[in-house]
Amino acid sequence: MVQFTLPKNSKITTGKTWPKPEGASNARKFQIYRWNPDDGQNPRVDTYFVDLDDCGPMVLDALIYIKNKIDPTLTFRRSCREGICGSCAMNIDGINTLACIYGMDEIKGDVKIYPLPHMPVVKDLLPDLTHFYAQHESIMPWLETKTNRPAKEWKQSIEDREKLDGLYECVMCACCSTSCPSYWWNGDKYLGPAALLHAYRWIIDSRDEATGERLDDLEDPFKLYRCHTIMNCTKTCPKGLNPAKAIAEIKKMMVDRHV
Amino acid sequence: MAESTEVERPLSPHLQIYRPQMTSISSILTRITGNALIVAAALIIWWLLAAATSESYFATADAVLTSWFGDLVLTLSLWAVWYHYLAGLRHLYFDAGKGLEIETAERLGWACVIGSVVLTVITLLLV
Repeated sequence: MVQFTLPKNSKITTGKTWPKPEGASNARKFQIYRWNPDDGQNPRVDTYFVDLDDCGPMVLDALIYIKNKIDPTLTFRRSCREGICGSCAMNIDGINTLACIYGMDEIKGDVKIYPLPHMPVVKDLLPDLTHFYAQHESIMPWLETKTNRPAKEWKQSIEDREKLDGLYECVMCACCSTSCPSYWWNGDKYLGPAALLHAYRWIIDSRDEATGERLDDLEDPFKLYRCHTIMNCTKTCPKGLNPAKAIAEIKKMMVDRHV
Repeated sequence: MAESTEVERPLSPHLQIYRPQMTSISSILTRITGNALIVAAALIIWWLLAAATSESYFATADAVLTSWFGDLVLTLSLWAVWYHYLAGLRHLYFDAGKGLEIETAERLGWACVIGSVVLTVITLLLV
């Protein structure tokens, strides 16, 4: 349902300003969303200063600097630090991206960091992705076959394999789905760009034998057709993929099989 | 699992913090112009109904619609018609699976915004 404002318990208050690191001549201001499930307070925005002379170039480096040197309670997910695990997805400077591959030099002014938009917050920069993962599972993200298992592997021509380029690279970071206004308002029923990109990845896989069932499942006013081609998803994808195009291809296949 | 207490989780901010950009702005403008045009259409129907009712009623309606405020509303409605029309063409193109690279989509978005203003001016000059 469309609700433009934040619920009462989600309104953001001004938080604490942490002292500048001593002797930092090249300090940069960070404003970071904080929420602690244990203190019963509303979310707040804390201000930190990061010494750029003592810190790597990426936003994730700055977050690790803050956690190590200023405030060990700051909570965020991170793992690979090279854009392949998708853990550190967050809203940085107004867009969703991966903190590990987003350079601080790409941002003008203070660095503002929030969790992925319109999601339940577990703590600080951690969104609850349970529903997002359940939606991914619902599109059957595996090879569905009916014919007998071949003696060796399921083979695919080079051309057919190329159809998966630009789709298999998705790391499920949830940047696209949580950038989509349609997903904000109808995320309970609309699958969102990430799950739909994965749906298309299996629909056009030449080895998959459940194309009809997959399309049947998506033939729904909400699951697929809440996509209004806004394209915030493609605009924000940190891997440079195009979920909007994948969704448009599914819609075309829907039309094709009716005419 | 140890004991777990129910915590009411906050909703992370969305509209409040997301950067406005061509993708989202062009979309919301399509919705706004579409809805505003329903009101504009009702206004014009009221004008016609007034004309069919009586001379004095038409005089009243006509005075409202040809006042500076009426001119403003109808001029904005004219822009809304053009914007909504161009945005509709853009979406028709999208639905054919074309123009979905982000650079093209943004350029088409600008074309709708600029094109609608230009067409509004041309229409005003011609009418």
